Parts: sequence; C-alpha cells; structure tokens
Amino acid sequence: MIIAVASGKGGTGKTTVSAALASIWKRPVLAVDMDVEEPNLHLFLKPESVRSEAAYLEVPVLDKALCKLCGACAELCQFKAISLMGAHLLIFPDMCHGCGGCMRICPEGALQKGQRELGVVEAGITSEGIPCLTGRLRIGEAMSPPLMGKVRQRMQAMAEQDFRDIIIDAPPGVSCPAMTAVQDADVILLVTEPTPFGLHDLRLAWQAFHPLGKPMGVVINRAGVGDDQVQAFCREKGLPLLTEIPFRRDIAEHYAHGGILTQLDAGMKATFEDLAQRLERMACEGQGVSHA
Amino acid sequence: MRELVVISGKGGTGKTSLTAAFAHLAEKKVLCDLDVDAPDLHLIAEPTIQRSGPFLSGHVAEIDGTACTSCGTCMEVCAYGAIQNVDGRFTVASGHCEGCKVCVAFCPEQAIDFPDRLCGTWYESETRFGPMIHAQLDPGQENSGKLVTLLKAKAREHAQQKGVDLIVSDGAPGIGCPVISSLSQATLVLLVTEPTPSGLHDLERVVDLCRHFRLPSAVLINKADLNQGYQTAIHTFCQSRDIPVVGHLPHDPEVTRAMIRGQAVTEGPETPFGAQVRQIWANLQPLLGAPAHT
Repeated sequence: MIIAVASGKGGTGKTTVSAALASIWKRPVLAVDMDVEEPNLHLFLKPESVRSEAAYLEVPVLDKALCKLCGACAELCQFKAISLMGAHLLIFPDMCHGCGGCMRICPEGALQKGQRELGVVEAGITSEGIPCLTGRLRIGEAMSPPLMGKVRQRMQAMAEQDFRDIIIDAPPGVSCPAMTAVQDADVILLVTEPTPFGLHDLRLAWQAFHPLGKPMGVVINRAGVGDDQVQAFCREKGLPLLTEIPFRRDIAEHYAHGGILTQLDAGMKATFEDLAQRLERMACEGQGVSHA
Repeated sequence: MRELVVISGKGGTGKTSLTAAFAHLAEKKVLCDLDVDAPDLHLIAEPTIQRSGPFLSGHVAEIDGTACTSCGTCMEVCAYGAIQNVDGRFTVASGHCEGCKVCVAFCPEQAIDFPDRLCGTWYESETRFGPMIHAQLDPGQENSGKLVTLLKAKAREHAQQKGVDLIVSDGAPGIGCPVISSLSQATLVLLVTEPTPSGLHDLERVVDLCRHFRLPSAVLINKADLNQGYQTAIHTFCQSRDIPVVGHLPHDPEVTRAMIRGQAVTEGPETPFGAQVRQIWANLQPLLGAPAHT
C-alpha cells in the first residue's frame, strides 16, 4: 500500500503528517521524500548510517573525429541542447532532457553516452527501524523529475524485497514534479490549511489529481486559524475530511524543535493512529473498486 | 530596471503575504506572480484582467490510430515510458510525454503527429496596487520555467511602457526550474525563512542557489519567535555567508486575518505587525538601489 502526502500550497504540513504517519505505522513501512528540491523528511525522522549515491542523466558527448556536421541531432533536439554553428557542433549538457534521440539518430555514431549529475539518492534507517529514502537535487540543476525517477526505482526495489507499505512526502504544487510523486499512490492524502490560500491551492490539487481516479482524503492543518471554506469545499466535492490538526502554539513550537507530532502527547498519537486506519480502509476500498 | 524577487525554498513561510504588503507599500511598481504552479497573490491583489492569452510551450506526441501498424518502435525509443500498448493499440500518455520528438522521427509509418502543447494561460491585469502580470499553469503541466520567463519579459515591457523602474515578484517554492527562471536579472533576491529545521535547511539551499547564479540576496526571518535556537542558527549562517538579515516578524495570526479580509497586512488600520513590515520595506530600499529618474 502506497500513501502519497501532497498539497497544492507549500508549507501546509506535508512533512509533519508524513513523519507522524511513519512513526505510528503498524506494518513495516518505507518513508520516501520525493520533494527532491527541498527534502525535509529526514530532519524529523533522523535516519542513521545514511548511504548517498550520485544519480545521473544520460547526455550526449561528441566525438569530433566521427562527426560529419550533418546536423540531424541539432534538428531533432527539442530542448536547444545541440546547436550546429557553422563548422562547429555545440552541446549544452545542462539543457539536455536525456531523451537519447541525438545518439540514436546520428548516422556516424559520433555521439556517445555521457553523464550529468542530477543530485544524490540517500538511503538510511531510523533508530526505530524505519528505512528512509530521499532524493536531493544538485544546486543549479533545473529538472527534478529525472532524479525523482531514480528515487522511484530505488523505492520500488526496496518495497518489493519485503512487501513494505510506503509513505511518500510529495513536493508542493500540481505540476510535473507533484504528478510524478503521486503516480504510484493507492491513496492521495491532501494536507491543507483553512485559509484562502489553502483553499485555492487545494482546489488546484483536486483538479490535478481527481482525473487519476485514486481515493483522496484531506487533512486540515492549523484548524481554527482561518475560516470554514475548506470544509465547505470538501463537502461539495465529496472529499472525506479525515482529520484536523488544531492551530496551537505548542504544536508549532514542537515542529520548530524538529519533533514528530505523535510524540507531543497521547491525543496526537491517537489522532494519527485513527488517520492511519482510515487510510488503510480507503486503500482497500479503492482497490476493491478498481477490481470490480 | 530594479527587480525584487521573493523566494523561500520551503513553502508556507509567508512569501505571498509579504509580497502583497510590498506591493501595497511600493509607490510605483509592476507586480508579478511567478509561482505559476500554485499562484495565490491574486487572492489579495484581486486583479481585473485586461489581456490574456494561451501559453503554448513545446509539443506533445499523438499517434494516428489509422496510420499506426502497431510495430512498437515508438515504445522502444521513448525514454519516458509515455507510450502505452493496450491490446496492440498504441497511444501516448500525454502526462508522461516529454515532447522530445524521438518517436515522431523514428516511426516508420510517419503515424505520429506533434502538435503544440497548451500548458496554461497568462494574464495582464490591473490591481489597486498597479499593473500585475500573472499566469496559471494547467494542472500536471511542465515547462513552468518558460512561463516564468515569459511573465518576466511581460513585466519588464509593462514597466518600461509606464515609466516604472521596479518589479516586485512573488516566486515559487523549491530550487528547480521555475525558481531558477524567476531569478534571472534580479536586483535583489529576498529569502523568507522561519526558525525551524526545515526553514534553515531550505534556506541554506536557496542561498547556495543565489550564490551559484551570483545574485545578491537578503534574508527575512518570519515567525521568528517560534524557536530562539534556530533563529540564532539562521543569524550565524547568514553572517558566515555575508548575507544581510533585513528583519524579523513574529508568528502572528494577523497575517491570516488580513488574508481572509483579502487585504495586504499593511492595509487597513495600522497594527504592530504592519508597522514591522513597513520597517522591513524601508530596510530593503538601500539594497534595491535608488530608483532611476525617468
């Protein structure tokens, strides 16, 4: 079972919810941080003996001796990564999307496989035995989906080994990176706050994720800080409101210390145990529907 | 042309609320929302749209089922797993299609079309704060960096036409494509952070990003009273990188109250929070440089 914790708006509490869920999950679980631009889950789960492995994108390297300057590669490239300037073929590896088309179309075999570092994939394990997986985008690297793809490969390999459940902390927004993060999920958990910004971005998230046909539920964080428009939206769309985390100074301070919410008090622990049960039910029912 | 770009790395630190306040406080400026993925500034600025247009960027592959012989070449050459084969019928999952054209080039039947991809809509608007340039990327689309570049060009054009020499831009969270695009030609990048483990961690990454592109930055610590230890750590970090801290703001529900009223925190009757934001805006002026006389 895979739970993706997502949101349109940033800073609504995705990581808070992901860490809390992982900490009380009943079955073996793998915690995955797919927010490779700004990964934060490790700051709360604190994995140890972290192994870091560089991840690369395959980009072309020119063998000048073989190139006959036919320009087929430059003509095919849609990303301005190759340009034919007079008697020079120029390659801009930072622009490359790694489609491999140039290497495939070159009649002389003059383009060979090179690499651009995307960032690193980090794997560790918490003192409670929860394995953690994180992608960390290299500073200056523009594209996050290819690195997310590498994290996803590792995630699938690790989960297959021992049939673990997976909790994915997704990046904010509703564009390509967010869609990449939720594609494998059995249930999408949307974290929002009861404010005009929270509501607006929840609506965007609903529009983006609804067509995927996956069960979705909502957690309202900082409940009580704003108005009741988010609740009204959930009712209108038939989105189950699974739990609310109150707007409380002690919760904000606990988070600011790097604490996991389930360790704040017994009430919070019970809240997340209940949320975990509801998510499990939703995943089972979702699978039931898709099998029918 | 001076351009202030407000980013944060971590989401939810208060970028948009502060940008709206700066929009209210700046005398002559063009306002720009560069968070094209999940834009929120319009909820405060309430723009009246003057012009809008489709944002077309790149292409998407489409298999013509009548010409396709189901040879499977497209599926073999696609690096993105975007080609689906359902009982011998090949289709493109447009959400996964990168628009690389490799399948189009290698299809032996020339059975793959390659139309423009509609990714979103741009808007040129008027607000009570002045002109505003903004957009909405369609859900699940990419190329948000190109849309950001388009908005920045439009903002400059508008500013030049109106004889305004300041652009105030609200950026996106993260450090990837749209954020990198939003930084180009910035006079000052204002980094809004909070004293939490995530706030500091993400600040370090955006500081490195600004340094990577050799852009001057300044830091604003929002919700500063949440944790004294992390506040000190942010100061120490900024000092070590020689980055000015332009001010602190407390964790104050007034920000949300103003948002619900649809106002910038500095609009309406003066509050202590609003006064602190005014002070920060004043602190930013020397860093933004003097306005050009037109």
